[in-house]
Amino acid sequence: MSSEHIDEASGISTTGHEWDGIRELNNPLPRWWVITFYVTIAWAAAYTVAYPAWPMLSSATRGVLGYSSRNDVKNELAAAEAAKGKYVAAIQQKTVSEIAADDGLREFAVAAGGATFKVNCVQCHGSGAQGSKGFPNLNDDDWLWGGEAEQIQQTISHGIRYASDPETRQSEMPAFADVLQPEQIAQVSAYVASLSGPVRDKTLIEPGAKVFAENCAACHGENAKGGREVGAPDLTDAIWLYGSGESAIAAQVRAPRQGVMPAWGARLGETKVKELAVYVHSLGGGE
Amino acid sequence: METARLEMPVLDQTQEERLEAEAVTSATVRPPLYAARKKIFPGRASGRFRQFKWLVMAITLGIYYLGPWLRCDRGPYAPNQAVLLDLANRRFYFFSIEIWPQEFYYVAGLLMMAGIGLFMVTSMVGRAWCGYTCPQTVWVDLFLVVERAIEGDRNARIKLDAGPWTLRKILLCMTKHAVWLVIAVATGGAWIFYFADAPKLLGEIMAGTAASAAYVTIAVLTGTTYVFGGLMREQVCTYMCPWPRIQAAMLDENSLTVTYNDWRGEPRSRHTKKAVAFGQPVGDCVDCKSCMAVCPMGVDIRDGQQLACITCALCIDACDGVMAKLGRARGLISYATLADYNANMALATANGTGAVNPTLIRNSNTSFVDGVAHFDLRKILRLRTFIYLGAWSAIGLVLVYGLLTRERLELNVLHDRNPQFVTLSDGSIRNGYTVKLLNMIAEPRTIVLTMEGLAGADMSVAGVDPPAGRSFAIPVEPDRLTTIKVFVRQPADQINKPMQSFTFRIADETSSESAEYTARFNAPEIAR
Repeated sequence: MSSEHIDEASGISTTGHEWDGIRELNNPLPRWWVITFYVTIAWAAAYTVAYPAWPMLSSATRGVLGYSSRNDVKNELAAAEAAKGKYVAAIQQKTVSEIAADDGLREFAVAAGGATFKVNCVQCHGSGAQGSKGFPNLNDDDWLWGGEAEQIQQTISHGIRYASDPETRQSEMPAFADVLQPEQIAQVSAYVASLSGPVRDKTLIEPGAKVFAENCAACHGENAKGGREVGAPDLTDAIWLYGSGESAIAAQVRAPRQGVMPAWGARLGETKVKELAVYVHSLGGGE
Repeated sequence: METARLEMPVLDQTQEERLEAEAVTSATVRPPLYAARKKIFPGRASGRFRQFKWLVMAITLGIYYLGPWLRCDRGPYAPNQAVLLDLANRRFYFFSIEIWPQEFYYVAGLLMMAGIGLFMVTSMVGRAWCGYTCPQTVWVDLFLVVERAIEGDRNARIKLDAGPWTLRKILLCMTKHAVWLVIAVATGGAWIFYFADAPKLLGEIMAGTAASAAYVTIAVLTGTTYVFGGLMREQVCTYMCPWPRIQAAMLDENSLTVTYNDWRGEPRSRHTKKAVAFGQPVGDCVDCKSCMAVCPMGVDIRDGQQLACITCALCIDACDGVMAKLGRARGLISYATLADYNANMALATANGTGAVNPTLIRNSNTSFVDGVAHFDLRKILRLRTFIYLGAWSAIGLVLVYGLLTRERLELNVLHDRNPQFVTLSDGSIRNGYTVKLLNMIAEPRTIVLTMEGLAGADMSVAGVDPPAGRSFAIPVEPDRLTTIKVFVRQPADQINKPMQSFTFRIADETSSESAEYTARFNAPEIAR
């Protein structure tokens, strides 16, 4: 410390510090300020006693007030659950069509179902439920097993070709590579492709129609509009699960791929399945 | 000097009031390291500025305490409180104006106007905000009224403070603090009424059923009002407030500030008569310390401009009173600009060559010489002032224009991005949109949503049964946002490019209000 220095202009002593000729005045602190300063220190000390603060070897001091931010989260979650209670109760009571018809319930179910969808369904159906090759787009108006809310609920609940669920939706398209001659497969592929677009060789259409009537119409229907009882797709529309065009159709005729969807009823519970069904139904294609 | 003796009015020592007062922040006092607050006992002033301050106090406190109780009928679907900050529903009401959260720029505009207005006022009349309208000043003034009413004026209070703790002193002290607390509670209470329906909230508070936030807010504001207004007073301004520093930086040599005109006051003398008799020069200041006695900040204005001075102008009133008694011109302490002050000082000191010499600024008949600068409005109104005024009015006009022409019906559209489009079984392409209809008036109405453009397309609204069409009537709730999901479908043969534009239009057919949004319609590169 240098000796006391008095500032000429103000008559106040300085702290003795000097930077390039600039000195710091040693103005008195107001007493209330000093008191406040000590009170904040005391407050900080008391705080570490009252609340969790001091780190120990494996945890930290708990604080005498017993506060825990984890409890806060728990309480908030419980409050959120309680707030959802009346909706969940109503969803449990009502059928999915009734839920879809009720504006408030539908809004809740769509939000809840959307959240469940993001966790459980996007892996196959995509984050926008837009699907991909082999996995149906849930936004469109083409439904293999039915697009009414109850039918969607059934599909989600019990899955498709899911062996461990006895009520699962079941069907199997045979592999026609062993049954039909290669030219017959080419003919029937041309015929099916012609139902929704132009084909290269029109002469194949007529014999193809005959092959279709003998081998395919049982499931896909005489007019090839498909059949929802067995999940047989409509072959006349613009939507193709395994690709459009003659070669994609021929490949599917020779060795059909069959999608499997797990049964979600046991895993998610009825309420969540209902919410999911309402969500999927709301995407724009619901019937 | 004998011949140039001033013809000063002879002072009658019996009339002259001598006051014992001392400034707490004075250049001559060496302060210790830690200092207890020195008590200030501001005396009652009377005069023009005191009158004006009473008026300002009545208006500002009146607005503050009564504001929430004003009513304004807005119909059955909106609150009828004239000034209401409805945080729960995110609506601000000010008489016939209702502000939605996205219109917060009106509030931002008001804040800009407040800022520029402050610059404008400060550039003209200095720290007028501090001296007249700052809540700290107004409430301290109010608390001083109470203190004076209960404990008496300055001398009585000093005596009481110095005296022993008698029963009377205890009673007076308790009464004073009790009244202060009542004011503090009323102040904290008035604040929360701006955030909820005042009569209902008052009932709830009395019944003990109001939200805990209400009680906490009242408690905190009661505490701050009592401590700042009753106990800390001038300490808040000198130590805690950044405003004096900022405002001081906005002054220039043409801003009016409360000034002790030492060019006519010096040399000050308590014994004018004797000094005159000995032929010494004497200024107008009789060193009566009235200015310090009425000062709520405890400053000696004769030390010149200082941070602690809030320019409340009460010293002007006090000094003018003394000058009037002495039969001298008022304005020894006055609102003056630094430029005028410097000019007059130069005159009085012969350009700084000597001490203040009263003979240099006075004629023989005691009137001032012509060279003395006096208050002149033209010096106050200068380019800087008009730039502030221009900016302030421009923002104000923009706000008023915005308010008069703003739409109370709005449309927001969010295009589904995942998936961007959906191919339907007949090959047509569908896009989804989340359409938000903002009905910003407090009446329910029916909004017609129409689509324009996009050949052959139609739309359907989720929750509304088919058939699809190009126009839907949608009922919307009063003062609410309604969200609907709209699906637009266009046949494949009408699609000629991957991205097309079309328009969503909403219209209230009864009021002819409308709004529109240009949306995009996506399709795959080759639709079939």
